[in-house]
Amino acid sequence: MPEFLQFSVSGLTVGAVYALVALGFTIIYNASDVVNFAQGEFVMIGGMATVFLTAAGIPLPVAALMAIAAAMAVGLALHRLAIEPARGASPVTLIIITIGASIFLRGLGQVVFDKQFHSLPSFSGDTPIRFGGAAILPQSFWVLAGAGIIVLALWAFFNRTLLGKAVLATAANRLAARLVGINTSFVVGFSFVVSAAIGAIAGILVTPITLTSYDIGTLLALKGFAAAMLGGMGNPLGAIVGGLAVGLLEAFGAGYLSSTYKDAIAFIVILGVLFVMPGGLFGRASVERV
Amino acid sequence: MPALLSHRLAVPLVIALVVVALSFALPSNFYLRVAALVWISALAVIGLNLLMGYAGQVSLGHAGFFGLGAYAVAVLPAQFALHPLLAALVGAVICGLIAFVVGRPILKLKGHYLAVATLGFGILIAMAISNEAWLTGGPDGMPVSRMTLFGWRARGAETWYWITGGLLVVGAWIAVNLVASPTGRALRALHDSEVAARVAGIDVARYKVRVFVISAVYASVAGSALALVNGFVTPETANFMHSIELVTMVVVGGMGSILGSVAGAAILVVLPQVLTAFHEYEHMLLGLMMMVIMIVLRSGIVPSLAALIQRRRK
Repeated sequence: MPEFLQFSVSGLTVGAVYALVALGFTIIYNASDVVNFAQGEFVMIGGMATVFLTAAGIPLPVAALMAIAAAMAVGLALHRLAIEPARGASPVTLIIITIGASIFLRGLGQVVFDKQFHSLPSFSGDTPIRFGGAAILPQSFWVLAGAGIIVLALWAFFNRTLLGKAVLATAANRLAARLVGINTSFVVGFSFVVSAAIGAIAGILVTPITLTSYDIGTLLALKGFAAAMLGGMGNPLGAIVGGLAVGLLEAFGAGYLSSTYKDAIAFIVILGVLFVMPGGLFGRASVERV
Repeated sequence: MPALLSHRLAVPLVIALVVVALSFALPSNFYLRVAALVWISALAVIGLNLLMGYAGQVSLGHAGFFGLGAYAVAVLPAQFALHPLLAALVGAVICGLIAFVVGRPILKLKGHYLAVATLGFGILIAMAISNEAWLTGGPDGMPVSRMTLFGWRARGAETWYWITGGLLVVGAWIAVNLVASPTGRALRALHDSEVAARVAGIDVARYKVRVFVISAVYASVAGSALALVNGFVTPETANFMHSIELVTMVVVGGMGSILGSVAGAAILVVLPQVLTAFHEYEHMLLGLMMMVIMIVLRSGIVPSLAALIQRRRK
């Protein structure tokens, strides 16, 4: 039982990060149909920028805010300089552009930061909390609480504010949204900025546990994408459930079965789910128009 | 000229001419080696382009087949003393069979779901290769014994330049014939609309599996060729980044264009070689050029340039 609890907590912690990356995918995808493979690089920028700013003597909370702002600026630049000029191109072309952006940002990270692994001090000490026989790092609570707050804030934003409703309207039907006077180009740019901020926050929260380096983005984008698809592309709830599920599968797979094949276990389950539910866990059956 | 170019044999002929012409133009063995790598990638990309460009099905796991082909010529001769050519054939058959078996359930999925399923499938192969060290040498890779044919040893950059160039021309020739066949027309029909294709009497699932098998065999043969040229295999041939690279080559060169496949492979093999001169800025420049090419030539290099030339003429 303590083992089970231990694996659950570590799985949920990692899963929360996947869920945030998947949520970033979902927000951009809903607003613009773009699958943004540079999503993992936002996580990298958040973690790495905070590490280097704190090393320069800036207190952690300020450094974290500056890192989030930096990621948001990169998100905006990505939309303005790379996605907007290619408006109307096929989805595959846009995906390759985001892959190019991901390689570019990784290269930029390597030049601006360095190629070493870095960590941040835990926000509230490293003494594990004993709970039911499992030792839980205090930072895990920060990650889970942070993810929870982000999800609640997003829910409130989309359901309670005019701008949030404009984003939802754009996601539902871009042309109709434009007809009722919504600046859809602004909404898409805005969704890139929000996704970048979410990714950066995830990166800052998880760096004390998993470390960070210039090239962590690829694997995170991969897992986040898989998680988003497991939940059902475009469904925010699906992204969160998918992310947590992938994290838990990895933790249990590594703990009970085989640590070398932990990624394989997650993907076997994803393949199995998709064979039974081709639209993901929360996806709706799509109808093709001829 | 346009009438000549639209002939079915024009594309393989153009590629053959380029292969022959470059053999005179390239100054040293190093360049011949890079060119051989281009021909090998181009072969795999043509196969993937049949799947992506013509049938409209994405695969983010094609490096898995590429890796299986590469490891076939490494493992089979070492374990069972099989001739490398026979090993490559066995590898191609295995890849074809795997594609046939997993093709039906996987290709039921559409769009991004298909992408993530093929991605997972490719990762499973890559993990098996890098974890089963007793067979594959694990993360360090393993050596490939030199190929001998009737007492003649295939070695040296020039020999492999011609062998891989020949393979590419044959691959392109088969591809253009396939595209012009009833199968090719069925694939384009189901690309436009699966429902409409089904209504027109096309067994959509069967044709999708067929092109998946064909593209897997292309990737496997290319992988075998790479292993024989390098004399060494590493798990990187099968990993996710290589799959992404192959897809990028297809899109950069132009979906649904055989010549584009060669152009895309050439750019993404040669560019990193050139960019190493810029040391730490290498990745930034590579990413930047990928973005610029896709923004300016959004349908891919060959189709975009062809459209541009056509517009000029009018």
